[in-house]
Amino acid sequence: MQFIPQILFLLALGFGLVFFARNVQRMRRNIKLGRDLDRSDQKDKRLSKMLRVAMGQSKMVTKPIAGTLHVIVYVGFVIINIEVLEIIIDGLFGTHRVFSFIGPAYGFLIGSFEILALLVAVSVILFWIRRNIIKIKRFILTEMKGWPKNDANYILYIELVLMILFLTMNGADLHLQQVGAAGYAHEAGVVGAFPISQYIAPFFEGMAEASVIVIERAAWWMHILGILFFLNYLYYSKHLHILLAFPNVYFSNLKPQGEFRNLEAVTDEVKMMMDPDADPFAEPEAGDEEEMPEKFGASDVQDLSWFQLLSSYTCTECGRCTAECPANQTGKLLSPRKIMMSTRDRLEEVGEGLNKDKNFKPEDDGKQLLDDYITREELWACTTCNACVEACPVGIDPLSIIMDMRQYLVMEESAAPSELNGAMTNIENNGAPWPYNQQDRLGWAEEA
Amino acid sequence: MSEELKVPTMAQYMAEGKQPEVLFWVGCAGSFDDRAKKITKAFVKILNKIGVDFAVLGTEESCTGDPAKRAGNEFLFQMQAMTNIEVLNSYEVKKIVTACPHCFNTIKNEYPSLGGEYKIVHHTQFLKGLMDEGRLKIEGGKFKGKRITYHDPCYLGRGNGEYEAPRELLKKLDVELVEMKSCKQKGLCCGAGGAQMFKDAEKGDKEVNVHRTEEAIETKPDAIAAGCPFCNTMMTDGVKTKEKENDIEVLDVVEMIANAEDL
Ligand code: SF4
Ligand code: SF4
Repeated sequence: MQFIPQILFLLALGFGLVFFARNVQRMRRNIKLGRDLDRSDQKDKRLSKMLRVAMGQSKMVTKPIAGTLHVIVYVGFVIINIEVLEIIIDGLFGTHRVFSFIGPAYGFLIGSFEILALLVAVSVILFWIRRNIIKIKRFILTEMKGWPKNDANYILYIELVLMILFLTMNGADLHLQQVGAAGYAHEAGVVGAFPISQYIAPFFEGMAEASVIVIERAAWWMHILGILFFLNYLYYSKHLHILLAFPNVYFSNLKPQGEFRNLEAVTDEVKMMMDPDADPFAEPEAGDEEEMPEKFGASDVQDLSWFQLLSSYTCTECGRCTAECPANQTGKLLSPRKIMMSTRDRLEEVGEGLNKDKNFKPEDDGKQLLDDYITREELWACTTCNACVEACPVGIDPLSIIMDMRQYLVMEESAAPSELNGAMTNIENNGAPWPYNQQDRLGWAEEA
Repeated sequence: MSEELKVPTMAQYMAEGKQPEVLFWVGCAGSFDDRAKKITKAFVKILNKIGVDFAVLGTEESCTGDPAKRAGNEFLFQMQAMTNIEVLNSYEVKKIVTACPHCFNTIKNEYPSLGGEYKIVHHTQFLKGLMDEGRLKIEGGKFKGKRITYHDPCYLGRGNGEYEAPRELLKKLDVELVEMKSCKQKGLCCGAGGAQMFKDAEKGDKEVNVHRTEEAIETKPDAIAAGCPFCNTMMTDGVKTKEKENDIEVLDVVEMIANAEDL
């Protein structure tokens, strides 16, 4: 009988981890649908950028209020997780506060967890107020209606409940230790320090010991089950960033933001066209066929790179990009955050197809990222100003997706806005986007 | 004042068997746009005055391909790029200066992998270099004590991380430099980039250039300084829309220096 809680715990833990592993597996599979992109260079620089931006949250603090609150929740989240390790061991072996053997340092640890838990709870409440009462503009734009809005709030509720459970559990535990309840009392006296929950413990005075044990156990169980639930909720949520921010920043672009990638396949063709000795009818050299992409640019998720797909899962939907976007600020349809959200939605749709049938191809459902998720109007409103890239705290480049899709529109569909076609014809014929003659290029020098 | 500009071409240099210190890449706007031509001329006046040995490609210059690339036409971009690279390499060009951040960005970042490796600087960086070497002396002049706000061109600032060179030149002019609400890394676009200059804007509630001009006007400036011919056009139009053209001038940094020198 006495092992039943341990067995139940093992089952819950196993189920939670297996389910999580399945989701990670699906996510990997989906990300790998993307095109190749080599980001294996400059490992030192990548590592230090990751430490600075993801770990050090250097871009979060550019907005001081949100940044500080976020750092508190982040530090709290990471550190309180040390306690989860103890909870898991206690759960598996039926021990009580197994780490307490380390002595006074244990009190310091538990004490810090409690203070952090309180700070996290306060921050989470402030976050909720910013979203739901102050209604900061970037949180209430059109793409934030429905699920994204609820998702953000659910996370705040879960975090708040977890913190309350943690403190309640500690308060009850402290009381039980003080009254010397069996299974709680330690020879060394009270283990742990309870700077916050010492104010909760008095509520249990006068209650029957058995009732307090029920409360303590209930809080303990709900807390750990809550964490396992949260772990599995991530995949469906913008909260994946707590895991993916690290690889995403690591693999993010290190080149100047102004530099756009040159398409190698185009280079080969242009070289051929410009080389007077080239034989246009020559057989392509062996291996060349593979390098030629089936299409230029991107009309669906599999045309994007794996990094862009990883970024779509990483996006926190914070809207810092959209808040800085000149097109969005002036009422255009374009929102770089929505570009990322649409990419993820379409990728998930393709993923669902693959879950049902592993031979599923993105073409099979008659839908694609272009038009069904991202409209041409959005794509053409971008000024390529890089404000979104600069603003993103987790190294996402929404602009690169916009550019890849423009390339598809222009090179595969010749579907540029007509004024742009005019400008491009001018460049082709006169070497300038306006209809002036190249022979007049030095005209200004004579005008003095 | 009306003395003639000395604008030698690379072809002339080649004929004499000489290499200039630097090639001045004028760009399409600087060559053809009436407003931008004034910037080109102001820059050349300064180069002439302090005796910088430069040359231009003249009729051999062609669009860098920036608008084509940003419109999504990679073919046209690479055609332009390779044609230009052929010309530049045939003259063995090593160092380039340009007054257009778009040309600057494209040649600096997107030409090397196509075979065009040059040391290219933006004209504000070039002038700052001359100032540091003591070849260019900048003194207050007409703008001394005036309130000036500087608009960061996206492809100079965020695109390539240059925020200081233009500001240092302005400080040398003894102006009162005032920053807009969004500046430097957070600088707001003028609305011209990404080939927007050559098309109508999408439906919205405001034009980007008007929005940016409003931010500039909030600083109550006597003049708006820019470092890009396209930003210049956008901000000039914005100032007109706001009916402030009699109070606020829009000038390139190099025009302000030339003005101070009374060139
Ligand atoms: S690059 Fe495009 S999407 Fe990004 S902020 Fe600028 S205009 Fe908006
Ligand atoms: S792309 Fe970056 S800045 Fe934009 S919403 Fe996502 S995480 Fe935030």
